[in-house]
Amino acid sequence: MTSQDNRFVARVLVYPRAEVLDPQGRAIEDALGRIGFDGVRRIRAGKSFEVALEAEDERQATEAVDRMCRQLLANPIVEDYTVEWVSE
Amino acid sequence: MKCGIVVFPGSNCDHDVYHVLSHVLGQETTFLWHQETSLEGCELVVLPGGFSYGDYLRAGSMAAHSPIMAAVRRHAEAGGRVLGICNGFQMLLETGLLPGAMRRNRDLRFLSVDVHLRVERDDLLYCSNYRRGDVLRMPIAHAEGNYADTEEALDELERRGQVVFRYVDAAGRLEPTANLNGSERAIAGICNAGGNVLGLMPHPERCAEEMLGNRDGLGLLAGAVAVGGGRVGALAAAGG
Repeated sequence: MTSQDNRFVARVLVYPRAEVLDPQGRAIEDALGRIGFDGVRRIRAGKSFEVALEAEDERQATEAVDRMCRQLLANPIVEDYTVEWVSE
Repeated sequence: MKCGIVVFPGSNCDHDVYHVLSHVLGQETTFLWHQETSLEGCELVVLPGGFSYGDYLRAGSMAAHSPIMAAVRRHAEAGGRVLGICNGFQMLLETGLLPGAMRRNRDLRFLSVDVHLRVERDDLLYCSNYRRGDVLRMPIAHAEGNYADTEEALDELERRGQVVFRYVDAAGRLEPTANLNGSERAIAGICNAGGNVLGLMPHPERCAEEMLGNRDGLGLLAGAVAVGGGRVGALAAAGG
């Protein structure tokens, strides 16, 4: 995690949970096969969000982004999320 | 009964519901803008179909955080009637007033067709004009209606009798080909434990008049405004 004047940038990755059927990923997988890419074992289609925020410290930034994920960015019933910190 | 239809940016079935509640069923009906914070004394709140916020992020997810939803939640938790149709059902899932979530339709297509539904509960106010096992024909029009939840949560839903409508064939049989969007356990509509909050993907407001060739949906909206849980005379009054 990098911080400059308490500014943080998170990259949030949201994917369908492993046990949840991912019709988009399945369709892309099939299409890759049709255009000749053999050996593709799996495609999961997800979303990514870049969240630039200001926070007191790393702990507060982490907590805030985690809450954002649980309340809005991801639907925990069908999606998992991961957070990476990037430099602006 | 005073009815309120919440209007979000992108709602497009709000006027259809208004027409049926007001003109067909003769109820006092008003529109409630999503930025309001009061339900203005409405006893029935309808979250209508459409594409609120352009279905950004996930269908219904932005609307679930609209200012009026705090009042809708209080109303629901106090036992008030809340009916979510299509996008409105998606909002109820996103707010957590009903359990589960929606995925893209199994075949990724937007589906706009008539489907058959089997009524699984007739002890609910909403279903007071139907009998258990009745097969209704209603239109669906959605891209994200593929109902999902964990196996344990689905078992719990079944155990508590919260599945109200299932996709079936015309004879009322559960067939994979009748479950077009791929919903778990062919679920088309569910209610909360109290039975006062109902969400369904099909559109009863689009099949509530004989003029439209189908009035299977009228009973549902008539049930939603029924007083005291009894059957209402609305079906007879509406003619046909």
